[in-house]
Amino acid sequence: MSFTKTLYAATAMALVTAGGAFAENLVIATVNNGDMIRMQGLTQDFTDKTGHTVEWVTLEENVLRQRVTTDIAAKGGSFDIMTIGMYEAPIWAANEWLVPLDDLSAEYDADDILPAMKGGLSYEGTMYAAPFYGESSMIMYRTDLMEKAGMEMPEAPTWTFIREAAAAMTDRDNDINGICLRGKAGWGEGGAFITAMSNSFGARWFDEEWNAQFDTQPWKDTLEFYVGMMNESGPTGYATNGFNENLNLFQQGKCGMWIDATVAASFVTNPNDSEVADSVGFALAPDNGLGKRSNWLWAWALAIPAGTQKEAAAKEFIEWSTSKSYIELVAENEGWANVPPGARTSLYENPNYKEVPFAQMTLDSILSADPNNPTVDPVPYVGIQFAAIPEFAGIATEVSQEFSAVYAGQQSIDEALEKAQALTNDAMEAAGYR
Amino acid sequence: MARAVTNNRKIINTAAAWAVGLLIFFPILWTILTSFKTEATAIADPPVFLAFDWTLENYTAVMERSNYAKFLWNSIIIAGGSTILGIIIAVPAAWSMAFVPSKRTKDILLWMLSTKMLPAVGVLYPIYLICIQLGILDSRVALVIILMLMNLPIIVWMLYTYFKEIPGEILEAARMDGASLKEEILYVLTPMAIPGIASTLLLNFILAWNEAFWTLNLTAANAAPLTAFIASYSSPEGLFFAKLSAASTMAIAPILILGWFSQKQLVSGLTFGAVK
Repeated sequence: MSFTKTLYAATAMALVTAGGAFAENLVIATVNNGDMIRMQGLTQDFTDKTGHTVEWVTLEENVLRQRVTTDIAAKGGSFDIMTIGMYEAPIWAANEWLVPLDDLSAEYDADDILPAMKGGLSYEGTMYAAPFYGESSMIMYRTDLMEKAGMEMPEAPTWTFIREAAAAMTDRDNDINGICLRGKAGWGEGGAFITAMSNSFGARWFDEEWNAQFDTQPWKDTLEFYVGMMNESGPTGYATNGFNENLNLFQQGKCGMWIDATVAASFVTNPNDSEVADSVGFALAPDNGLGKRSNWLWAWALAIPAGTQKEAAAKEFIEWSTSKSYIELVAENEGWANVPPGARTSLYENPNYKEVPFAQMTLDSILSADPNNPTVDPVPYVGIQFAAIPEFAGIATEVSQEFSAVYAGQQSIDEALEKAQALTNDAMEAAGYR
Repeated sequence: MARAVTNNRKIINTAAAWAVGLLIFFPILWTILTSFKTEATAIADPPVFLAFDWTLENYTAVMERSNYAKFLWNSIIIAGGSTILGIIIAVPAAWSMAFVPSKRTKDILLWMLSTKMLPAVGVLYPIYLICIQLGILDSRVALVIILMLMNLPIIVWMLYTYFKEIPGEILEAARMDGASLKEEILYVLTPMAIPGIASTLLLNFILAWNEAFWTLNLTAANAAPLTAFIASYSSPEGLFFAKLSAASTMAIAPILILGWFSQKQLVSGLTFGAVK
């Protein structure tokens, strides 16, 4: 073989090897929701730009939690990127299970991420997961029914107003319920709602010594108000209603008001799915005059498990999928109403996005949520609708089961609170907090 | 003596059987119908049964989003592999228990069955770690072995029940004719137990096909079967029932067709020895 041919062959081999080293195949675990599915459809743009390919493992939210927790705890290495929530991020970061995202490029502009989101996804000041989209909760209401009831929704209503409005909008003969709220057992379902609501009533999960607080008056007030209002104006069987059930009722015109995730706004205003798309208004989640509103804060974020062999490529993907240019890519393909909301400040400064009817209220809701000071009285935990400790998910699921039994009329409020107090204190004692 | 059955009784029995059959089949029928509806029609209240605009848009969306063939192939390998491996191990085991029982045979059978009483999640973490150590996490090999082990007690029990119905004298005669142990099992016992083995095969194939704990927890991108395919369309935040129904229909279609064509063998095998 001549020298030239040898040189060509060596160069070709080097290029092939180099190509193999740079082009990675990333496995990403994610949830099945509209924004994530949209991202899967646009992945080719990432491949075109970087050469990396992507394989998606899409799972239902609770299955995903169990699956990725098992994998990361056992160092299984099944995934290069995981979709996690605000609850997991600080806990997993504390366990050193995640790669810190403190060296993202200047072009990425990490300072543009909404402070509430960045704070909730950080541990000791370092961000460990990049928000793909963020959400709070707010009131979605039927403007036509509100008008018919002769009332006007303030931008920041109180619970007293909401109860009165719900009663006025209820029309049992026409199958219209004044208000639809989550009652389904589960820490991320009814548990999340009642915890966020209790914050506005002055309740809290724990005092500063990690003692359960279900034996205090604010918790009793919260449950009495919720049950009273739902019995007056809620749908039958609300004890088993979660996000999807209420979305279904609202889209079919059977709810006057619905207080839930801001991400629902794009569903209820979509004329293809919603019968009431043209008569939906938005307002901040209610308060009780105590300085805390009843809205929560959540983000679905992308994180890299520690120990992955493809950290550099994984970071490239995270930069691509949570960047400003990705938002523009979605807007170009699907319209501004469908871009992932709640993650970047610049989105809310964009004149095109300002025209989306629920954009400002979503931002206001997110900005009014403070996971570091979620309650009227001080607490030792971070998180609004959850306490960011590993034990919370298990305890809160049990507590929410007790509350759902109240909603279903199977036990009294006092009984449920007594059980919640006992089981929470037992669990916290067993975990060494008390 | 056969009991005389009146016409009225026949009609009542037939009607009752149809009613029970339809009741059991209704959820599957509803899933299939929903898969042809739009998302809005799928959640309509009152529900729409047949009078809706039929659409294939959900199937198109599912095919565009997921690599169905890959999930299907994984399901075939995992369900088929675990069933065949299980039969290979269970036939000699059931033979020894049926024809050369010891004092402890009944205890062993009960002990085998008792392993099914342990909730699977109780051993998830140890099995997960073993798979990591062996380098078989997210592989079809891991699932073939685990599903085989999970279903083995049922396979042994079913085969044991069928083998007990076969007269031992026939096997004795084969031995007197000079058949070795291997020949006795392969050429005498197995052909006589074909209906039983076939129904055991089918039932365990169905069980393995539908298994959704290990197949979801031990797979990621490589070995995920159709159970993971369905799970990817379930969402607590968004109404995607029509697409979920389309994915479910595509996942159950192969096993439904298999069951339809082999129903005779399945029923005869399952009722084998039930009436004496």
